[in-house]
Amino acid sequence: MNSQKPTRDGADGMDSRRTIEIVRAGLRRRQAAEKRFRLYGLLAILLGLVFLSVLFVSIVGNGYSAFAQTYVRLPVYFDAAVIDPEGTRDPETLGSADYAGLVKASLREMFPAVTERGERRALYGIISNGAGFELRDRVLGDPALIGTRQDVWLVADDEIDMLVKGRVDRTLPELDRRVKDDQIGWVDRLDAEGRVEKRFNTNFFLAGDSRDPELAGIRGALVGSLYTLLLTLALSFPIGVAAAVYLEEFAPRNRITDLIEVNINNLAAVPSIVFGLLGLAVFINFFGIPRSSPLVGALVLTLLVLPTIIIASRAALKSVPPSIREAALGVGASPMQTVIYHVLPLAMPGMLTGTIIGMAHALGETAPLLMIGMVAFIVSIPAGVFDPATVLPVQIFLWADSPERAFVEKTSAAIAVLLAFLILMNAVAVILRKRFERRW
Amino acid sequence: MVRKSVVMAAITTTLLAGAASVQAAARDYISIVGSSTVYPFSTVVAEQYGKSTRFKTPKIESTGTGGGFKLFCAGVGVENPDVTNASRAIKKSEYDACQKNGVKDIIEIKIGYDGIAVANSRKAPQLQLTLRDLYLALAKEVPDPKGGDRVVPNPYKTWKDVDPTLPATKIEVLGPPPTSGTRDAFAELALEGGCSTFGWIKDLKKQDEDRFKRICMTVREDGAYVEAGENDNLIVQKLESNPNAVGVFGYSFLDQNRDYVQGSIVEGVAAEYEAIAEGKYPISRPLFFYVKKAHIGVIPGIEEFLKEFTSEKASGPEGYLSDRGLISMPDAERARFRDAAVKLTPLSM
Repeated sequence: MNSQKPTRDGADGMDSRRTIEIVRAGLRRRQAAEKRFRLYGLLAILLGLVFLSVLFVSIVGNGYSAFAQTYVRLPVYFDAAVIDPEGTRDPETLGSADYAGLVKASLREMFPAVTERGERRALYGIISNGAGFELRDRVLGDPALIGTRQDVWLVADDEIDMLVKGRVDRTLPELDRRVKDDQIGWVDRLDAEGRVEKRFNTNFFLAGDSRDPELAGIRGALVGSLYTLLLTLALSFPIGVAAAVYLEEFAPRNRITDLIEVNINNLAAVPSIVFGLLGLAVFINFFGIPRSSPLVGALVLTLLVLPTIIIASRAALKSVPPSIREAALGVGASPMQTVIYHVLPLAMPGMLTGTIIGMAHALGETAPLLMIGMVAFIVSIPAGVFDPATVLPVQIFLWADSPERAFVEKTSAAIAVLLAFLILMNAVAVILRKRFERRW
Repeated sequence: MVRKSVVMAAITTTLLAGAASVQAAARDYISIVGSSTVYPFSTVVAEQYGKSTRFKTPKIESTGTGGGFKLFCAGVGVENPDVTNASRAIKKSEYDACQKNGVKDIIEIKIGYDGIAVANSRKAPQLQLTLRDLYLALAKEVPDPKGGDRVVPNPYKTWKDVDPTLPATKIEVLGPPPTSGTRDAFAELALEGGCSTFGWIKDLKKQDEDRFKRICMTVREDGAYVEAGENDNLIVQKLESNPNAVGVFGYSFLDQNRDYVQGSIVEGVAAEYEAIAEGKYPISRPLFFYVKKAHIGVIPGIEEFLKEFTSEKASGPEGYLSDRGLISMPDAERARFRDAAVKLTPLSM
């Protein structure tokens, strides 16, 4: 120390002016560099926000109209001669009658001038294919309707729906449009008579998949996602926490545990399709679990999210200070009691956060499900974990691949629903962390 | 140690027993796999069938034609699919694989035709192409433009290089990847058709079939042909934003998007319903599905599904499938397959 001081003093005395000048000369450059550095960070965030808002704007812009659906009010005569010619009111007869014919008869009555075969086909095309089934359900629910004339709101065909929503360019030559001039004329007339209305699309949330866009809904996919995620949670959380507790609290530190640790970290980075192949080979081909069922989906997704949960849980356990364990052990608690009553409750918020993020990951996953048959057209709503089911992202994928134009808005609407769930789950994770996390 | 192994054994037995009980459970819905081209038609029929009969709506997976046959031919039993869709006829090797695994009687039903459209954006002029143009524009190796019976790496950069009547835009074709049945059909119908217009290559077919196939069906890899994935909607969107590009996709996507894209005229014929139905449009192929006869009577409703699919209201010229872009078969052919669907005539190869 002493030997250095004179030299520094000497330097100070001789070069004091020069040092301050050097600092001053470089100061502006250093401050500019500082500003640039902050600007880069800000720009990075802004760029991210721009992409995000473009994504949101395009999804909402394409998808918001899917939450409305066009209905047409038609006077339908529930002709007893068609529905129940023998007057038996037998549900079997009522169920198999030609209800689509009633809708067609009603349209013919509204537009008596339309007589030519091709024109009539175009006229019938205004109302959805599902309208007949809707009338059937009404009659089965209330057989007193037979023989009466009712004004019924029926779902419009998807192309008419697009027209009413302004997604058909009327200025194009007729040949290049799916909706023909005649149809536009009829719809405009119906509209002028107050027979066309846009309503909230309850069907979108209550129906299963359909190849008719106006009848398609996400309920089947939502229920499938729910079953799959609940099972995944039930399987992966206990296994993940148990593995993390053992590795962190009890396992000796040696080669084998190191190897296990490396493997777990590695598994977290394995492409998800690999888990699908594994699921196909083990769960379906060896154990014979039914293809396309939420059970097999959950088993595969469990494999997928386990590494995430184990890593997050171990980090949470590590952050509990050793003094807690020592204090518990010191007053005579067994190692198990220490873990269960003291360490686990303190680590739980971190573990739950990791689990929710893992679940959000599982909710958005499609690739592994491709191999186990969950990428499929399934109309019925799954009633259990053995029924064939699909999940939300798969539904989005299938709709994005459909030729019908009206599926574009359905796809975006389904994406919006999926995003809403993801935001909800991640928000819960953040709240859990903010509310219960303790810092030492 | 002993206790641990006992516990392990118990867990394994429980799992296996559980699995066995699951496997024994019957399936009460039809399971369908196969071609992504047939998928949009098969699903419509399945939905109609599910709504109008007392049976459950079939489950339909889109696995591709080849993947479908692999699953279909894996064996007989409820864990295997009952029906597979195909955008080409079953191959001898696939039929043999089926036989080997005990899938003996297979019923073949042709459902109609699908045209493959070559289309570009409406912002660009409509193209008048020949199969030869398509081959010269897309093959990896083409006959030497200077003449002689030899091939050179494809030298053509613009459509005008291929045929002076075409516009001078860069060749940029978006099409399906090799895993797709559409690509197989396109290579077979358009590329092979185009390269057979060269006399010496046509003669090669009899002498050296491998070389013939290599010359005719290999698609260039220098960026002029872009594999755009199995999603035809994506190709339509890309064409809309890039008027210079040309896309290859199924007729139903052209039919649904005529306000954005226009079909090219191939060999003087436009890709229209009537032209494809009459067999005038050169790039069209038949679509099929195959049924496992051993499952009829075991899985409920297969016969009724066959009836619905072959009925006039589904696959007839005015049926609901024609609204979706399926080209229906001529009357006699339809009657023949409807008969096969009723009598359940198995395929022999």
